[in-house]
Amino acid sequence: MFNVEKIRQDFPILSRKVNGQPLVYFDNAATSQTPQQVIDVIVDYYSNYNANIHRGVHSLSQEATDKYEAARHKIQHHFNAEKAHEIILTSGTTHGINLVASGFASLLSASDEVIVSALEHHSNIVPWQMLCEKTGAVLKVIPMNDEGELVKDIYNDLLSDKTKLVFVNHISNALGTINPIEHIIKKAHQVGAAVLVDGAQACPHIKPDVQALDVDFYVASAHKMCGPTGVGMLYGKEEWLNKLPPYQGGGEMIAEVTFEKTTYADLPHKFEAGTPNICGGIAFGAAIDYLNNIGFDAIATYENELLDYATKQLLTIEGLKIYGTSKHKTSVISFNIGTIHPYDIGTIVDKLGIAVRTGHHCAQPIMDYYKIPGTIRASFAFYNTKAEIDKLVNALKKAIEMLS
Amino acid sequence: MTIKEIQEEIIDEFANFDDWMQRYEYMIELGKSLPLIDKQYKTDDNLIKGCQSKVWVHAELKDDKIVFTADSDAIITKGIVAILIRVFSNQHPKDIIEANTDFIDDIGLKEHLSPTRANGLVSMIKQIKMYAIAYQTQLK
Repeated sequence: MFNVEKIRQDFPILSRKVNGQPLVYFDNAATSQTPQQVIDVIVDYYSNYNANIHRGVHSLSQEATDKYEAARHKIQHHFNAEKAHEIILTSGTTHGINLVASGFASLLSASDEVIVSALEHHSNIVPWQMLCEKTGAVLKVIPMNDEGELVKDIYNDLLSDKTKLVFVNHISNALGTINPIEHIIKKAHQVGAAVLVDGAQACPHIKPDVQALDVDFYVASAHKMCGPTGVGMLYGKEEWLNKLPPYQGGGEMIAEVTFEKTTYADLPHKFEAGTPNICGGIAFGAAIDYLNNIGFDAIATYENELLDYATKQLLTIEGLKIYGTSKHKTSVISFNIGTIHPYDIGTIVDKLGIAVRTGHHCAQPIMDYYKIPGTIRASFAFYNTKAEIDKLVNALKKAIEMLS
Repeated sequence: MTIKEIQEEIIDEFANFDDWMQRYEYMIELGKSLPLIDKQYKTDDNLIKGCQSKVWVHAELKDDKIVFTADSDAIITKGIVAILIRVFSNQHPKDIIEANTDFIDDIGLKEHLSPTRANGLVSMIKQIKMYAIAYQTQLK
């Protein structure tokens, strides 16, 4: 049975005060908070079995290696990857995207095309622009509509036998829109293109099944899933990961790599150069356990309830406009109030103990579409409450009073 | 008045406020009321882009002193811009170069100069100093 008060007790940070007020944390889309169960794993690692992995014959190293590899298996099962070595542990989503983008430099030519969506975070735009600059490949964009949804028909028209790669986020960080990735993947495969899905925003809310999706690459970050910062995962189909040259080793070296003759270590180690974030990887596994113990169905049901409640309450504020009004969205609300600058609102509500994000959310093309400097974004997690949403509404009213 | 004297005057003014709300209400008033820059100078050349808010700064030399005008698209940022202008405008380049902005801590607005705020103010102070260095060289 889902009990939010009991869950909140797992998160020590939720009982602290900010600016003399009890913290209301609504910046979950930027990073999630960490439960004691995960903090304990981090403390246990450094207290009891900190050692370098994969290379020591001593017991400590063996213990750390076993736990690290066990975490990889947890990630594998969570995402339903067929093989454990299809899971590459990275420093986060951005690292995973760069790893794949860098690998594709040797697979693309000037006659090729790649497709991005208008709803992307800069981290899923810039690495591909760099790839296009390197290879001469052409970048095409799936446009969005006023609701903040991708226009499927135009996507279908953009695809051709020139398309080699499509990259799209599962859920938009700025608006919360859930993108139709099943459709995107199916259509891309019909023209022989690979698909990378940025799951950074999706994984705190839903449990993706990479085999059912038939996705070629899927990336995520632990810190958005109640895990620590500095660790994440890249899922890649084995055939694709074998085709890609190693990421670390330098661009010049990558140009000389051929797919037939590889002198690198086997997967996944080929992409895991250097001492990894051992503790982070193990804690990532613990975070996945924590989320699964609560259950993603329970999380989704509760978060949808919060989203509906917050949407209704926020819309009682005169002049408040929500950006991203798709029927398919997660618990993210991006909004502005009249002509008040988001920075001003964010500053006042922070003084009242409420953490929201303001600005362009690293998604400037979306802000350009709506012709606004940015938005205020409140993003809810399963440990938030309706009472906290009421506090946000009251804080916004106070801010309006002060600013107008 | 010297930069130091103006800073002390501002500290004294802020000492009258009991809590953050009064401080912010005052800054919002400053932000709303002051026409800070002539429209012709609100150009992209004078624009400092913060991640969050934008700041425009224009400088010109008058009788060996620099006159700064500035603006922002966010009211609270504009309020702080107004305070910075009050401190640094109509001063000799040499004094601007030697001045610091520690008084911002004393009036409880330190967080606005933190890099995480990305509101353009840190860059504005840098820009003010750069103008001072440039005009100082010119005067020599």
